[in-house]
Amino acid sequence: MSKRNPEYDFKWCPGCGDFGVVRAVEMAIGRRAAERGESIEKTVIVAGIGCSGNLVHLQEGPQPFGIHGIHGRTLPIAYGIKAGRPDLNVLIAAGDGDFLSIGMEHIGPQAKRNLDVTAVVMDNGIYGLTKGQASPTTMLGVVTPTTPYGKLEDAINPLELYLTLGVSFVASGISTKPRELAGLIQQGMDHPGFAIVHVQSPCTTYNDTYEALKGNPEKGIEPGAFDIPADHDPADRSAAIALAGNKAIPIGLLYQRADSTPMQQRLTEARARTKVRTRSVDDLLTGLHI
Amino acid sequence: MGSDLVVRFAGEGGQGQVTAAEGLAQAAAQVGYHVQTFATYPSQIEGGPTWAQTRVSTNTILTQGDQLDVLVALNRSAYETHIGELREGGVLIYNSKDFDEQLGGLSIGLDVDSLARATGNPRAANIIMIGAVAQLASMPADYFRQFIEARFRRGRANDDEIINGNIKALDVGFDAAAASGYRVNPLDPPPAIDRQRVLVKGNDFLSLGAIAAGLDIFIGYPISPATTILTFMEGNLNGEGKFVGQATSEIESIGAIVGAGYSGRKAMTSTAGPGLSLMGEGLGLAWMAEIPLVVCDVQRGGPATGLPTKTEQSDLLTALNPGHGDMRIPVIAPGSVEECWQAGIDAINWAERYQGPVILLTEMGVAERNEDVPRPDPSLVVAETRVVSDGSMGNKRYSGNGLAPFPVPGGPGAYVANASEHDEEGDTTHLPQVHVTQTERRFAKLKLLENGSYEAEHTESPIAIMPWGGSKGAARAAYQILRATGTELGWLYTMYLNPLPAALLEELRRKELVIVPELNYLGQFSGVLRGLGVNAHSITQYTGLPFKEQFLVERVREEIAARSGRLARV
Ligand SMILES: Cc1ncc(C[n+]2csc(CCOP(=O)(O)OP(=O)(O)O)c2C)c(N)n1
Ligand code: SF4
Ligand SMILES: [Mg+2]
Repeated sequence: MSKRNPEYDFKWCPGCGDFGVVRAVEMAIGRRAAERGESIEKTVIVAGIGCSGNLVHLQEGPQPFGIHGIHGRTLPIAYGIKAGRPDLNVLIAAGDGDFLSIGMEHIGPQAKRNLDVTAVVMDNGIYGLTKGQASPTTMLGVVTPTTPYGKLEDAINPLELYLTLGVSFVASGISTKPRELAGLIQQGMDHPGFAIVHVQSPCTTYNDTYEALKGNPEKGIEPGAFDIPADHDPADRSAAIALAGNKAIPIGLLYQRADSTPMQQRLTEARARTKVRTRSVDDLLTGLHI
Repeated sequence: MGSDLVVRFAGEGGQGQVTAAEGLAQAAAQVGYHVQTFATYPSQIEGGPTWAQTRVSTNTILTQGDQLDVLVALNRSAYETHIGELREGGVLIYNSKDFDEQLGGLSIGLDVDSLARATGNPRAANIIMIGAVAQLASMPADYFRQFIEARFRRGRANDDEIINGNIKALDVGFDAAAASGYRVNPLDPPPAIDRQRVLVKGNDFLSLGAIAAGLDIFIGYPISPATTILTFMEGNLNGEGKFVGQATSEIESIGAIVGAGYSGRKAMTSTAGPGLSLMGEGLGLAWMAEIPLVVCDVQRGGPATGLPTKTEQSDLLTALNPGHGDMRIPVIAPGSVEECWQAGIDAINWAERYQGPVILLTEMGVAERNEDVPRPDPSLVVAETRVVSDGSMGNKRYSGNGLAPFPVPGGPGAYVANASEHDEEGDTTHLPQVHVTQTERRFAKLKLLENGSYEAEHTESPIAIMPWGGSKGAARAAYQILRATGTELGWLYTMYLNPLPAALLEELRRKELVIVPELNYLGQFSGVLRGLGVNAHSITQYTGLPFKEQFLVERVREEIAARSGRLARV
């Protein structure tokens, strides 16, 4: 909608990785809707605060619903949407700062509920919107405006983190390959449970990692990312953890739990098992009669 | 004048005080008396000074009672703390095990634990206390036999044994009090029961109201004194489309109900002060993005962890402006258990009507007390539902000068619900004119809520008393005493604190002086009223306990005298 909207005043910098991600998201939700014969309005994008979250305003073509809330809280909002409307397809778009710093506390609980949503985490290793401060994925020793002597904290390994927290679908993508990324996002949406697609999405302005990811033999730079070998079994969690521990970033589907029961299904089953009786307000009041 | 009995059971937590107070209330309510209970205890699982009070009356009850007719002191420190509140002619029952000497005056020493053991039921100490109190107030033993029947007849094989044991305990208490020869003012027979009544606590009643108004989703995090709302919902809000969840923090609760409200459902959470602080940013999101939802804040003492199990009215300013920036959240504050039902309904309805967040502001003193109230008829509840977009507005969710139809995800009118300043379709913009228009739109919607009801009496008087929330009862009692003794004073009251009913605000602005009793240091509500052009002045108290009526009578007299002094000097 915003392309047509002259008042919308946010623009990504030229070359920003997020351009690739927004195309991949459009492809994935468009394809999903077409395959299921479902309207695009059945999809809701829950966006975080950062350059990345603006993806929600930059969808082209038929528009999904969106909610662009506050910094770090995409997962709680998504939890409530699914509690209210399990039939909706909920997609989260958030940055590494939003999802892994201020919003970190919410990953574990959603993993344990196995909330049926798909999170696309756009990792540029930096706080873009606030102009280049260190994020949880910024490497040890990197100089930024908030780390003048080099970053003192170790970088976290997001893939390892998701796997340890028990996220039931963990994939890793890269913004320069939007087609493959769209495939992973769609697989995540089809997965019945909590899916995270962690995307390398470089920031051309504050942390340009294109070359580092791709490698440059002439300069002796080893590729910082590699495709997950075809013989990797995504059902094998230990193998996934081993992959995540690699120095370079594995790209592809790391892990998908086979017997994944999402939150809403657990509730339905528990209610059936315990034979919950629904009592009307009238009935409840009668129980309070003196 | 009706007749009245005020009893306090005081001791160490776990000695059965609350059970005794609630049992006495239940028994008295069963035969038609009006009852109210009040309990206060420290924030710990076992022990600590705990007391519970029951008032039984032939009249409607406004407060838990200033002075005690009977004090049951279960240990020495309880005796020392509370004896000063026993009125002249009142009777003390004390746990003789805890005292080396015989106490003089109108006192009865009972070793309740040994007596309970002797009946074969060591847990019957509270029944013995109830028996003794009943005898002192000349209440027929029959009332209590009925109560024991009703309470312990559960279809178990040993029901008879349990019932007989408890009746024995009741008789032990009766006999001990009879042997003393003491009596307090006898209670008149109960009034005829005019309609079906329920005995209920504030938290349960507002939960029922919210469910009756169509609540779908409840997500909350445990915190005293709001936890019982969460557990009530866990137990009772179920069925098709209903969802209740325990969140991992109040930050998660508020985010979740924003999501649920956005998804088209009626959503609510409950918390107390510490949680409300954490919800500030999320409430701003709901205000900004125009998401209907209800946050129930059960006030305790603050700030920070404060007084977790005491009562106070010190969250009003936070409720009105829980986060940064220009906003003013609608606030409904029930003044009694009876009002909790309607407050629960109205909170949900308001959220739907104006499409935004509403705070249901209650307090420990109302949340946890039992009151007998007329049974409401759920079939008479008018449940409002937001105006839903049919797609004819296109994507313009935030258009016009006020309310615009709400697009429900999955249906037509896809937009971005945006917490950043946004244009009509929800896209972020920083244009000055848009910020002006949208800010004014958000505030204009409050007009839809200005038709709340209020109470007004003796409006000819230039001075009025206007309590809010749980201070209503004590203020009402004080008002009645003051009027009966010739003080010229008007009465104004509403549970709709923001926005105030428009006609009430006019009334308030006409007053020379509006006296506001409130349980906080700052005088929060009178400050709000002054900001609205009302000459309001607070009577404050910040002890963690509710007002006593006599205290208010004296303070109002002082306020009026000070006022006339000021006028005389002019
Ligand atoms: C509660 C809160 N704290 C801080 C901010 C400021 N802030 C906005 S975006 C951002 C970090 C963005 O980094 P990231 O999530 O990685 O997104 P990116 O811009 O890199 O895509 C911060 C700290 C805020 N909006 N809200
Ligand atoms: S600052 Fe970086 S992340 Fe933000 S838009 Fe520019 S390139 Fe993209
Ligand atoms: Mg970032």
